[in-house]
Amino acid sequence: MAHIFFDHNSTTALKPEVLESMLPFLVEQHGNATSRHAYGRTARAAIEHAREQVADAVNAHPSQVIFTASGTEANNFAVHGITSNLCHGQILTSAVEHPCVSRPALAMQSRGWRAIDIAVNIDCKLDMHHLHNLLLTPTNLVSVMLANNETGVIQDLAAVADLAIQHKAFVHTDAVQGLGKIPVDFAGLNVHAMTVSSHKIGGPLGAGALILDKRLDIQPLLYGGGQERGLRSGTENLAAIVGFGVACELAIKNLNAFAAHTQSLRDFCEAGLLKLGAHLFANHANRIPNTSFFAFPNIDGETLVMALDRKGFAVASGSACSSDTKEPSHVLLAMGIDADLARGAVRVSFGLSNTMEQIQQFLAALGNELARLRNLTAMSA
Amino acid sequence: MAYSDKVLDHYENPRNVGSLDKNDPNVGTGMVGAPACGDVMKLMIKVNDSGIIEDAKFKTYGCGSAIASSSLVTEWLKGKTIDEAYAIKNSAIAEELALPPVKIHCSVLAEDAIKAAVADIKAKQLAKETA
Amino acid sequence: MSERQPIYLDYSATTPVDPRVAEKMIPFITEHFGNPASRSHPFGWTAEKAVEIAREEVAKLVGADPREIVWTSGATESNNLAIKGAANFYAATKGKHILTIATEHKAVIDTVRELERVGFTATYLQPEPNGLVDLAKFKAAIQPDTVLASVMLVNNEIGVIQDIEALGNICRENNVVFHVDAAQATGKVAINLEKLPVDLMSFSAHKTYGPKGVGALYVRRKPRIRIEAQMHGGGHERGMRSGTLATHQIVGMGEAFRIAREEMEFENARIRKLRDKLLHGLQTIEETYVNGDLEHRIPHNLNISFNYVEGESLIMAVKDIAVSSGSACTSASLEPSYVLRALGRNDELAHSSIRFSIGRFTTEADVDYTIELMKSKIGKLRELSPLWEMFKDGIDLSKVQWAAH
Repeated sequence: MAHIFFDHNSTTALKPEVLESMLPFLVEQHGNATSRHAYGRTARAAIEHAREQVADAVNAHPSQVIFTASGTEANNFAVHGITSNLCHGQILTSAVEHPCVSRPALAMQSRGWRAIDIAVNIDCKLDMHHLHNLLLTPTNLVSVMLANNETGVIQDLAAVADLAIQHKAFVHTDAVQGLGKIPVDFAGLNVHAMTVSSHKIGGPLGAGALILDKRLDIQPLLYGGGQERGLRSGTENLAAIVGFGVACELAIKNLNAFAAHTQSLRDFCEAGLLKLGAHLFANHANRIPNTSFFAFPNIDGETLVMALDRKGFAVASGSACSSDTKEPSHVLLAMGIDADLARGAVRVSFGLSNTMEQIQQFLAALGNELARLRNLTAMSA
Repeated sequence: MAYSDKVLDHYENPRNVGSLDKNDPNVGTGMVGAPACGDVMKLMIKVNDSGIIEDAKFKTYGCGSAIASSSLVTEWLKGKTIDEAYAIKNSAIAEELALPPVKIHCSVLAEDAIKAAVADIKAKQLAKETA
Repeated sequence: MSERQPIYLDYSATTPVDPRVAEKMIPFITEHFGNPASRSHPFGWTAEKAVEIAREEVAKLVGADPREIVWTSGATESNNLAIKGAANFYAATKGKHILTIATEHKAVIDTVRELERVGFTATYLQPEPNGLVDLAKFKAAIQPDTVLASVMLVNNEIGVIQDIEALGNICRENNVVFHVDAAQATGKVAINLEKLPVDLMSFSAHKTYGPKGVGALYVRRKPRIRIEAQMHGGGHERGMRSGTLATHQIVGMGEAFRIAREEMEFENARIRKLRDKLLHGLQTIEETYVNGDLEHRIPHNLNISFNYVEGESLIMAVKDIAVSSGSACTSASLEPSYVLRALGRNDELAHSSIRFSIGRFTTEADVDYTIELMKSKIGKLRELSPLWEMFKDGIDLSKVQWAAH
C-alpha cells in the first residue's frame, strides 16, 4: 500500500532537481574542498555557489553562512558558541523551542549560565511582557524560533529582536520550520544568528547552516582543520551542501505556490476535522500555511497515529525527535493545554505533493478510526 | 591559489634562466632571500661601458610568483641604465603580474634583487676606478 | 567541468565514493526518505532498519559490538566528542591532564588546545624522527592526573602506524582513558577492538570510499566508558549525540566498511606493489628523502621531500597529478607541515614534501606517468634553482649567510 505523507515538518522528500545536482558530487566530483588541486578547487567552487544560494534565500550575505551538518548542530553551535565567550548571564529560550535549542541552554547551566523559559500564551505566541521582565536581569542570549514545528505558530521575531537588543542581549532564531513556507529575512529580522536546515525544504539530510552576524565573537563547537572560517571544522559534506543550495533556490521559487496550495489543503482539512469533533490548537494565531495540530478528546494521539498508519497515512503525534517518549507535547503544556487533551495531539503537515483528494481520503479514514476507537473505549468503560 | 595568466606564462616559460660569469668585472650579482623563508633569488646583470644593461639572467628557488617576478624583471632590465634599473618599484612588478596580497613579498624580493645586483656592479666599478 | 581531471593520488584527503556504495545510497535519498527517529510510520521504520544494518557493518570491520558505535557527522566531530566528552566526564575523578602526540590531526590538537583554554593541561609528545612514538617516553609523559591520551592509529601525512596495543596497555596500567583516531586506518590496517585496549575510536566514511558528512565513534561498553554529550537535542544515539541522522550517508558508510572488510587484504597487496614501484622510481631522483618509517606504514602512502625545490612551485609543477603538500586541511596556509617539522625536518624539506596517496582506482599506468612527470619537473625546477647550483658547486648551504628579508 502506498503511503500518503502528511509529515513534511519532520522531513521532506528530496526534490528531483536537488538529487540531480548532488549526484555528480557523490561520485565523479569527489574532491576535498581544502585541497589545492583541480578536484579540490571544483569542490570549493560548488560549496561557494551553494553558499550564495542559501544566502539569497534568507536575505543574507554569503560570508554570513556557516555550513553545519544539521539544524541541530547549528542550534547547539549558536547557543553554546554565542554564550560561552560572554560573562555568565541568562540564556532565555521560548518555552516551545525544539530540544536542540533548550537542551544546550540547559547544558550551559553546569558551566555557570542560567537557562530560563520565556512563557507563551494559549495561542503559542510569545509573552512579550514576560520577556521584557526577564530582560531586566543581564541576559547573554535570547533564542526564539521563527515558526513552531508542532503548532506552526509564527513569532514576531523583529519585535523580540528589538526588545532584546535594547537590553544588550544577542538574538538567535531557529528558522528551520520557516524557510520555504514563509519569507525569511535575516537582515530584516535584525537577529544576530539564525538556523536553517536542508532536509526540511526538499534538500538532503546532512546539511544545515547558521547564518551569522560577522561581528559576533562566536566559539566553535568543532575544532580541527579550520574550515568555515575556523568556525566549523571538518571536511565539508560536499554533495549535501550542493543539494542544500539548490533546495534553497527551489524553495524560494515555489514559496507562493507552496503557501497557496498547502493553506487550501489545511483549511479544507481543518474544516473536516472540526466536523469530526477535533480541538484545533493555536488555529487563531498566525501560522505557517501547511501545519495543523489537533486532538480528539479521550482519544490517545499515539494510538490514533498508529491506526492511521495502518490505513496508509503518515502523520505525527508531536515532533519526531520526541516520538520515543510518552510525555505529552511540551509545546502544548507550555500553552497551558490540559495534559489529557495534549496526549491526544496529532500533527499533520502538508507539502506541495499532497492533494485535496488525499485529504478527503484521510478525513474518511479518520472518521472510521475515530468511530472504531470510540467504540472500543465505550466497551472497555 | 589562483595565479594570473601572466604568472603562469612566466612560470611555464621562464625568460633568461641561467648565470653569467660572476668574475666578469661588467657583471653584477644580487642574491636575496633565504631558503628558510621559502624564496632565494639570484639575479645577474651585465653592464656595457655606456652603463646600459645588455644582459640579465636569473635563478629562483621559490613559488610561482617569485619565479615570475624574477623572470619579468630580467626582461625589463635589458636596455635600461643601471639608474633606471635601480628605480624599478615592486608595485610595478606586482601590478604587471596581478599578484594577490599574499604574494606581494615576491615582488619586493625582485626589487631587492635588482638593488643588490646594481650595488654589486657599482662596487665593482668603484674598485676598478680606484685600482 | 572546465578543468581536465588530473590523475588522483590524494586518497588520504578524500576518496571517491565506490560505485557500489553510491548504488546502495541512492534509494535512501529518493524513495526511502524518512526521519529514522520517527517511530510512527514506515518511512521512518525502513530508514531505522537500514541504519542498524550499517551500524553492524561498521562494527564488524573493527571487531566491535554494534551497540558501541555512535554516528557522527565525521571524524572531526568524533574526535571532538571523544576528547571533550571523556575529558569533561572524568576530569573530577581522574584529573585534568591530557597526553597526545605532536603529529596528531588538527581535529585532535585543536580540541586539546581548546580544553587547555578551559583549565586542562596538555603534553604534546614529540615522536621519533621516523614518526613513531617511543613507548618509554609515552609512559614517562603520563602524570598522576592524566585523564586521557589520544594517539592516531595511522598518520594522515606520513602514513606511519603506531603501536596502539602497547600504548593502550600503558594507558590501562595507569588508568588513563585511551582515544584513537582511526580515520586514516579503516580498510588499510586490521583493527580488532575485542582485543585492542582502546576505549574510544574515531572513524570517517569518506576516507574509506564512503560519503562525506558521516563518521562514527566507538565507545567501549566493557569496561564501560562514559562521555559527556557535545550536541544536545532529541536524545538520538542513546543521548550521546543528538541530531537527525542522514540515512543515505549512514547506509553508504556501512556499505563502504563492508567492502573494506571483504576486500582489504587483496587490495592492500595490490596497492603495496604500486607504492613500491612509485618509491623505487622516485628514488632514482637525486636528493630525495622519504618522510616517516617505511616499515610501520600503510602501503597507500608515500611522503617524500625533494631537496632544493620550493614547495609551492613544486605543487604548480605537478598539476597534472592531484597530490597534497602536507595535510589537506592546512594546505590553504603557507606554513610548512607541522607533522614534518615534528620529525625534525628543516623548513626547506618540509616545504618541498609531497604526499602521494594511492587507492582503489589507481592503476600501474598512473604510477608510471607520475614517475616520469616527477623526474622531468624536478629537473626543470632544479635547473631554475640557485640552491641546486650551489649544491652542485659543492657549497655547504648551511654555512651561507642569507640576506633574509
